[in-house]
Amino acid sequence: MLGRDDKVSEFRLTAAQYMILAIFLVLAYGLWRLQVMESNLYATLAEKNRIRNVPILAPRGKILDREGRTIVDNYPSFSALLLRDTPHDLNADSDLIAQGLHLDPDDLRTRIRTFASMPQYQPIFLKEDITPDELAFIDSHRNELPELDTIVAHRRLYPRNGFMAHLIGYVGEVTEDMLNQPQFELYNPGDVVGISGVERQYNNLLIGTNGARRELVNSHGREVGLLDETDAIPGKPLKLTVDIDLQIAAEEAMEGKNGAIIAMDPHTGEILAMVSGPTFDPNDFSVHISRGEWNKLVDDPDKPLLNKAIQAQLAPGSTFKVVMSVAGWQEGIAQSLRVHCNGSADFYGRNYKCWVYFLHQSHGDVDLEKAIYQSCDVFFYTLADRLGIERIAKYASLLGLGQKTGIDLPNEVSGVMPSEEWKLRNFHQKWFAGETISVGIGQGAITVTPVQLIRAISAISMGGRMVVPHVVNPSGLPPGLLQTANYTEVKNIPIDPEGWNYITDAMVKVLQPGGTAPSAGVPGIEIAGKTGSAQVVSLALRAKAKNESDFAQNGWFVGFTPRRNPDVVVCALFQGGEHGKLAARLATQVIQAYVEKQRRSPQKVARISKPEKVEVGALWSEPDPDGNNSKLQMGRFVVDLAKKPLPLAIAAPGVE
Amino acid sequence: MSRYVSFRDFDWLLLVFVLMICALGVMEIQSATAHTKFAGANVKQMYWVVAGIGLMFLMSMVSYHALLDKIQWFYIAAIASLMAVLVFGTKALGAKRWIKIPGGNHFQPSEWVKLILILAVAKYFADMRQRELSWSDLLKAGAIVVVPMLMVLKQPDLGTALTYLPIAAMGIFLGGLQWKQGVIIALLATIGVGAVFFIPRVHVLKSYQKQRLTSFVDPDLDPQGSGYQVEQSLIAVGSGGLWGGKGSQTHGAFLPVPQTDFIFAAFAEEHGFVGALGLLLLYFIVLMRLTQNAQTAPDRAGTFVVMGVVAVLSFHILVNVGMVVGFMPVTGIPLPLMSYGGSSVLFMFLALGMVMNVRMRRFVN
Repeated sequence: MLGRDDKVSEFRLTAAQYMILAIFLVLAYGLWRLQVMESNLYATLAEKNRIRNVPILAPRGKILDREGRTIVDNYPSFSALLLRDTPHDLNADSDLIAQGLHLDPDDLRTRIRTFASMPQYQPIFLKEDITPDELAFIDSHRNELPELDTIVAHRRLYPRNGFMAHLIGYVGEVTEDMLNQPQFELYNPGDVVGISGVERQYNNLLIGTNGARRELVNSHGREVGLLDETDAIPGKPLKLTVDIDLQIAAEEAMEGKNGAIIAMDPHTGEILAMVSGPTFDPNDFSVHISRGEWNKLVDDPDKPLLNKAIQAQLAPGSTFKVVMSVAGWQEGIAQSLRVHCNGSADFYGRNYKCWVYFLHQSHGDVDLEKAIYQSCDVFFYTLADRLGIERIAKYASLLGLGQKTGIDLPNEVSGVMPSEEWKLRNFHQKWFAGETISVGIGQGAITVTPVQLIRAISAISMGGRMVVPHVVNPSGLPPGLLQTANYTEVKNIPIDPEGWNYITDAMVKVLQPGGTAPSAGVPGIEIAGKTGSAQVVSLALRAKAKNESDFAQNGWFVGFTPRRNPDVVVCALFQGGEHGKLAARLATQVIQAYVEKQRRSPQKVARISKPEKVEVGALWSEPDPDGNNSKLQMGRFVVDLAKKPLPLAIAAPGVE
Repeated sequence: MSRYVSFRDFDWLLLVFVLMICALGVMEIQSATAHTKFAGANVKQMYWVVAGIGLMFLMSMVSYHALLDKIQWFYIAAIASLMAVLVFGTKALGAKRWIKIPGGNHFQPSEWVKLILILAVAKYFADMRQRELSWSDLLKAGAIVVVPMLMVLKQPDLGTALTYLPIAAMGIFLGGLQWKQGVIIALLATIGVGAVFFIPRVHVLKSYQKQRLTSFVDPDLDPQGSGYQVEQSLIAVGSGGLWGGKGSQTHGAFLPVPQTDFIFAAFAEEHGFVGALGLLLLYFIVLMRLTQNAQTAPDRAGTFVVMGVVAVLSFHILVNVGMVVGFMPVTGIPLPLMSYGGSSVLFMFLALGMVMNVRMRRFVN
């Protein structure tokens, strides 16, 4: 029994003390573990918590033509924001705001209401890409409507009406597919990158380096301070080999048509102009394209999104006869071949018709020269039969047909140059000798792209010197950007000089009376060329079709000027253009523009002695986008005399 | 009978250490609430501490024997007040824990019930006449605590309810718990906890309470809720390092309630391992000083009273600091003397008043 005065067990009290000590040792260990052993880890986590990285977007580099004229620029695009952490009554102001920004007032009030449950610091994005007068409205109401604010972003400004759209391409948010590719591995979803054309090919050069703001934030994401800021490095300007003057001529020639035109310097492979029609407006892509608009572009049977200069694979038709002539000459067959054309000829038990058959005519006795400028099919049927598919394929492949040219544009296609092996591999069938006959006039299994054709013809015109077409001069680029292709690579195809002189002389006659396209000739300019009309379906099948124009032939023309050591090669594809002479007219328009520019070119004018920049003021009027009310515009331009020699006509007074 | 009771026997040393902790608490509240809507809480806390000191002196004047003699009435009043909370209580954050009192303040009865339980348990064991506990003693002592505990659990306030347990545990241990009984209780407790968590039909805990406890085991399960709180607390403490840092977790509002439940994390972030260990040392000194007072108490009742206070205080520190360093689940138990809050401060000073009360009568015989 315990007495009232008996104490509590001393042992148990001491035990309680040790228990407390144990608790404290455990807690102290916990602190030691966190604050000493793993302190670095938690310090990093704390930094991650409180620092927010906000990218500062770098403006993309401009795209310039070969003379440094701006083709693609950026413009500051303003978006209107409604700040919600102000004491102002947003609902009371909503009518004025809606009026100034051309919004629906009920819609605006609904949006303010739906945002009511969101944190106050989160603004409402009212409108993207506001117009100058909406911006002026915000500026002039700074005091009355302090809750209105703007943020600025750089947007791409492309030429209007789809000018050069296929070559330039467009930008957009990086897609998931692209993110999986190694070249885009450093990008984040939402980044704006080049999607097609030069914008995609030279994205790494154009894109620049985003800067960053490191902001201190609290747990609500509100900025409480600025740690540091690294400026964005703007993208580098990209100088194309394209000449805007020539491009304009090519665009005008292609206007409203379906096809492609390419102009190239045969010495270097520099593309001077490249058009594909119909076109699209890349400005629609730089903000947001609606699903409907996109579907319309994709579903259009004329394929406006396709760059036909490098992506249309079509039978070359009679333009292939130039390649045939080279093959025949090199094999020693063509120069001595004489054929009598009755309008048709029989090979392997089948009757092959010459195109004149449908005009109820015939070519009579034909040699190589006449065969070229009259485009006699029977001659080339015979030549093809003599050569056989293997020898044709050998020369065509040497000249780059049926292969990608390696042009510095994305998604080039290869076309097909058929051969015995090709047929065996793809169809597991033997090659029939009859198929060779069709290939002889560029029909049948053979398909090429315009850029392949222009490269082949350019090589022939240069005596076998074959270049790689390109739209950007690689010498001006930082090293390491181009790994896959070397655009300065030149192949020398052995062609007998007598042969190509003979062939190109015959090509000059094509545009002269007696040739296939005399109407396309330009007085005072010597043009060598070859027309082609390629069937989409066989002529017999087409005759049965109800609507003939559905199967209209594709017109082709390849040509260059002058006939020896040419300055420019042009290839025109006029889809549904029926006859090669129509394509020839398009091509010669471009050649004419080129020659005319050269004739008044400053190269033939004395250079201005003191290169300097001159600022020029100008006034002009321009209708607004709706097409009414011409507004007087004014601005100043800097003309860099060192880079851009002034044409004599507009040489400013005061310039030496 | 008594010689005389003098404030010369008051434990001034203990009070100095307690006030040092309170001062650190006020400083940390000031630092953690600056630029928030709670700014100025440090001043209020100072008022609470001053009021607490006053109550402590008052408490030390009334002989604890007088309190123990009327304990049954206090106990009934305690149960009645808990009942009142369940009926008239103010609902806040999904729980009825407070009774509104005129003047805009709230009163949390579950805090002062602790005080009464300390006295009731002390009275029960002081009146016991055998050295070793019988099973019926055990059950009776347990019942004294378990009845109000269930009522608090009903509010629901798991954290406060749990703080009642160590009062009983300390009493039973000091009162003469036998080894056999200890083992059996430990076994039953294990089974009970297992049942609460693993048998779906048992609805002792609310689902959020279970979630808090499970998210302690795996914080990733609930990164936005209590898992988030644990995570942020660990980051705060860890980033403090050896000497303390800028306190970005506290000032950037990443750390939840840095002025109340997570005040230790805020302190550890700003003052580092050295500061936090120093603070723990202050608490340890206070607890050792209290147990010393328990040993020198004039009678068994006094020892039990003081050790009851020790039990509650140690449990609070264990659970709160344990939570902050990731050893314990989030239960919403404040850190005594530091955490902002009137009820908590007043309870601690009243409890200390009882300790002083016992100490001042140590020579009375």
